[in-house]
Amino acid sequence: MSFLHLDAITHVYFTKESAKVAISDLTFHIDEGEFVSLLGPSGCGKSTVLSLISGLQSPTSGTITLQNKAITAPTEQVGYMLQQDYLFPWKTIEENCLLGLKLTDQITTENKEKTLGFLEEMGLGDVKNAYPNQLSGGMRQRVALVRTLATQPDLLLLDEPFSALDYQTKLKLENLVSSILKTRKKTALLVTHDIGEAIAMSDRVILLSKRPGKLAKIFEIPEHLRELTPFEARNNPDFGNHFQSIWEELESHE
Amino acid sequence: MNSPQLKKQHAHYLNELKIEKRIVFTWQLFILIAFFSLWELAGRLSWVDPLLFSYPSKIGELFLIKLLDGSLVVHTTVTLLETVAGFILGTALGTLFAAGLWWSQKASKIADPYLVVLNSMPKVALGPIIIVALGPGYLSIIAMGASISIIITTLVVYHAFHTVEPNFVKVIRSFGGNKKQTFLEAILPASFPAIISTLKVNVGLSWVGVIVGEFLVSKKGLGYMIIYGFQVFNFTLVLLSLVMIAIFSSIMYVIVEWIERKLIRN
Repeated sequence: MSFLHLDAITHVYFTKESAKVAISDLTFHIDEGEFVSLLGPSGCGKSTVLSLISGLQSPTSGTITLQNKAITAPTEQVGYMLQQDYLFPWKTIEENCLLGLKLTDQITTENKEKTLGFLEEMGLGDVKNAYPNQLSGGMRQRVALVRTLATQPDLLLLDEPFSALDYQTKLKLENLVSSILKTRKKTALLVTHDIGEAIAMSDRVILLSKRPGKLAKIFEIPEHLRELTPFEARNNPDFGNHFQSIWEELESHE
Repeated sequence: MNSPQLKKQHAHYLNELKIEKRIVFTWQLFILIAFFSLWELAGRLSWVDPLLFSYPSKIGELFLIKLLDGSLVVHTTVTLLETVAGFILGTALGTLFAAGLWWSQKASKIADPYLVVLNSMPKVALGPIIIVALGPGYLSIIAMGASISIIITTLVVYHAFHTVEPNFVKVIRSFGGNKKQTFLEAILPASFPAIISTLKVNVGLSWVGVIVGEFLVSKKGLGYMIIYGFQVFNFTLVLLSLVMIAIFSSIMYVIVEWIERKLIRN
């Protein structure tokens, strides 16, 4: 059995006016240590998939299992990083980073030191007593990453975490996140609408079709691109070919 | 900021700010002095009926008399304590009710029409009932000070709780945080600015409740002074009470503003 397994997931949103099928019969799996991207046009239910895996929502039908256990509510095993940092403006950077530990009642001197060490590693050691509004967008998103990783989740869900950043910051952060996840051997699922980002960062790209979200195609990224940093991968001559084939597949589903 | 040219420009800018501030203050002072001099003059020269409108020096004289015989201190202290108690009680209970409504969405849906009715009802009209129920004493007056602000606080704070960025809640929930943690870590601190702004409104409202309460029942307090002055046709006494109310409600407002600055740094 694979690390994360989604089996025949269907999710329907009910409103007064209608019942909308957001995801229909979606089945895929992720192996331990893999970096997988979920790519698709806007409104294909990508974020819904993450929300279901995180346990914040339950699918209308189908099952999701993580390490052979069904997910029914948010667990410490899953870390969720949102589109924007959503750091709490009334907490200092340090307090923000320790939020997950506080909520799960795991504040120990050891965990605290580990988190602060990680903050230092991210080049944010000297702003730990600052407030979020004193930091730039890229710094804030790095703090959000520390906050997510502080509880040491096995699976990381990334919901377009780079989309609100400027291009240069985004490229830098892609490299940073990629190397951190690789050295810590974390499994990650990235939702994005950016084809380039998906290719540069992942081992596999899962393409979803337009509403309702269905599995359209799975692209394997070749070994030699996976080994490169996202930035190098973008500059590799092969990058263009993969971009082209995913682009065409995406177009055919419009 | 190192070139002397830039420094000079900055100094010029600061100087302009200072001048602007001075002009505003001069005008404020001028209006204050003009108002009281005109009032004094109008009273003394009988442009207006001094029996009705009195004049500042007469109020000042009365102030000294009442201060020296100790009665002014008693009246002011009583009213001030009642107002502060009503204000704190109204705000705290209102916030507590709002928390309850936030906790149970069903309760808030059920309570909705009743809150609308209670909010639109003039609370001072409840005065006689409160006085009969709680007895003609401090308790009734504090209850009136609180009742006047409690419903509006509930409504405003509940609205603030409800409009907290849903993604803050999502962050808490994604860590497996429960409802209590969601409230204490996200909802309440995110709503502090709204709670503080209701504090500012409640300062004024509590004064209304307490003064009306004192009109109805009390034997002490600034509201009693007003009613007594009215009955014996001593409008200097009425105006003295008004001046005292103006001073102390302003002080309360300034204190709330100070708390706001302390509490909301970011």
